[in-house]
Amino acid sequence: MELLVFVAASAMVLGGALGVILMRNPVHSALGLVLTLFGVAVHFVALEAHFLAAVQVIVYAGAIVVLFLFVIMLLGVDSAEDLKVDGLTIQRPLAAIIGIGTVAIVSVAVLRTRSTIAAGPALEASGDSNIRLLSRNLFSDQVLAFEITSVLLIVAVAGTVLLTRKQSGPTGARKGS
Amino acid sequence: MPPFVGPEVAWFALSPLLVLSGGGLLLLVVGALTGRWPRGLYAAVTATVAGTAAVLAAIQWSRIADDGPSTLVAGALSYDAFAQFLTITILISVILVVLLTDEDLHESDADGPEVYGLYLMAATGGIIMAAANDLIVLFLGLEALSLALYVLAASARQRSDSQESGLKYFVLGGFSSAFFLYGIALIYGGTGSTNIGRIVASLQSSVTTGGDNALVLAGIALLLVGLGFKVAAVPFHVWTPDVYQGAPTPVTAFMASVGKAAAFAAIVRVLVVALPFYREDWRPAIWLLAVLSLVVGSALAVVQTNVKRMLAYSSISHAGFLLVAIEAAGHRAGEADPGSGVVALVIYLLAYSVLVIGTFAVVTVVGRNASGDVTLDAFKGLSTRRPALALALTVFLFAQAGVPFTSGFVAKFGVIQAAVEERSYAIAIIAMVAAVIAAFLYLRIMVSVWLSGESSDVDGEPDQTLRIPIGAGLAIAAAAAFTLVVGVMPGWLISTAEAVTTYAR
Repeated sequence: MELLVFVAASAMVLGGALGVILMRNPVHSALGLVLTLFGVAVHFVALEAHFLAAVQVIVYAGAIVVLFLFVIMLLGVDSAEDLKVDGLTIQRPLAAIIGIGTVAIVSVAVLRTRSTIAAGPALEASGDSNIRLLSRNLFSDQVLAFEITSVLLIVAVAGTVLLTRKQSGPTGARKGS
Repeated sequence: MPPFVGPEVAWFALSPLLVLSGGGLLLLVVGALTGRWPRGLYAAVTATVAGTAAVLAAIQWSRIADDGPSTLVAGALSYDAFAQFLTITILISVILVVLLTDEDLHESDADGPEVYGLYLMAATGGIIMAAANDLIVLFLGLEALSLALYVLAASARQRSDSQESGLKYFVLGGFSSAFFLYGIALIYGGTGSTNIGRIVASLQSSVTTGGDNALVLAGIALLLVGLGFKVAAVPFHVWTPDVYQGAPTPVTAFMASVGKAAAFAAIVRVLVVALPFYREDWRPAIWLLAVLSLVVGSALAVVQTNVKRMLAYSSISHAGFLLVAIEAAGHRAGEADPGSGVVALVIYLLAYSVLVIGTFAVVTVVGRNASGDVTLDAFKGLSTRRPALALALTVFLFAQAGVPFTSGFVAKFGVIQAAVEERSYAIAIIAMVAAVIAAFLYLRIMVSVWLSGESSDVDGEPDQTLRIPIGAGLAIAAAAAFTLVVGVMPGWLISTAEAVTTYAR
């Protein structure tokens, strides 16, 4: 049963990820991303991280991809980029070789170390232990990382203002992204 | 479950970060609520904030010398001399860049608090990288710095090449961040923690029991890809010329100083501090990156005609020199006597940050008067139009080339010496040859400045249209003075920097 869930969820993750990069229509790509994120949520459930699974669905699959779709719709669905233009002929085969090589190296590394990877601490069976453990970790060991995330958000906000602010004068060009 | 006890927070030890992020936030909020401030006030406030943080870091430096290093906030940050040295380096760079930015923004009628706020936030990210004792914290610092740089690169929105450079940097930078994150995940899988102290402890026990380490090795490889991109080491350098050329010149100076210093600090934290047990594995990779950067950077710099592109390739070659210092540090990483590799690295970073900002400051002034043209032609006859400016540029270019009596010589000599001490003769020789090739590039600029006649008017009178704004003039003068003082009397800097090799884990 566990294996079945794992295989199904992994198929969702990988299939969705391939869809993101292979689909021609950006809306389809965004939907592929939903599939991937949903598959990750299934993995979380299988690992008994129910809270993370719920957050994954609500925040990522729900909110973030919807924002992606908004942006895609606002910019125009039809503006599919023509990816046929190619500068250097060697680029694509080289990219394929390096991509496959990276996947192979990482896979071999994981397979070779499979037996020695330390098992994490077992979760307590009680209903709310998930949230409790998460919050304890977040507000003790990782509290600084948690705070630095806010610096990151300030950068994002200031950057958005800088890139979208109307400039005085006729030179104020509109920035798409 | 036991009651929750939060980690102890040493507020004073965090004060430079708090001052910077708090000052940046205040600047953004107050700046957004009020109208346009008088000219130069944004820059003055930013420089004051950075200066305050630098003074606090200097006070901490002496405290660390008395009390020894420690870790902060549940082991998330290191409180050691290395972090403080880099903090001060980054803050000096911020102050110098801010002096340049004022005129540049005013000229394009884009005065506002956002660029300065982003400088301060980016510096916060860079300092977090330099002080990180946890790979997640390091990654967040890296992202804060990088995101700010992507936006700053695109901040001259009326120019399409600035937009292009921002977008290119963003796409490639996001890709490299993904590699970095994957590397962290694999290291976590192999050691069971992202905390550098615990990684070292875990590796200590697994190395002595002979555990399999393929996962950590793959993680190191991916981390090297991410870090190599950030420092612009060959073969991860292709973004550098376009981004350096397209970004507004003060932002280019910021990238070349703060960006490089923070990224190299991160390399030291990840490789030398966290993974000394794998030094025999990562050192050859660093060797290769260093040699490729030195050769490719120097060779391609010579054939450029745009001065900003030249300086971009020269920054790649400087990255090669800095990697030579990391390679030297790799021979004895984790031992009681760590060698002089990291000392040479931090001196190089400080010297290079100051002189590269000085160089870009001159480029800013010249480029503005040639309406953005920074090809070699724009520099023709600078010596007759503005002798002082030409002299300052000469000092900076001599320093970049590593001529004696400039800080660049002290820095390059330190790196070569560190490499020779570890018997890495091959890389030391390659570095010296690359320095000679790169010297040709600096000579080309100098020939243009001193020997070419005036291109447009030939009367030889000082050209009043070439105005040097106060801020840029101050920055150029300070950078030139520092470059010469360190070049003539390097002793105090070297003896100060020797404290940096005692890390807190």
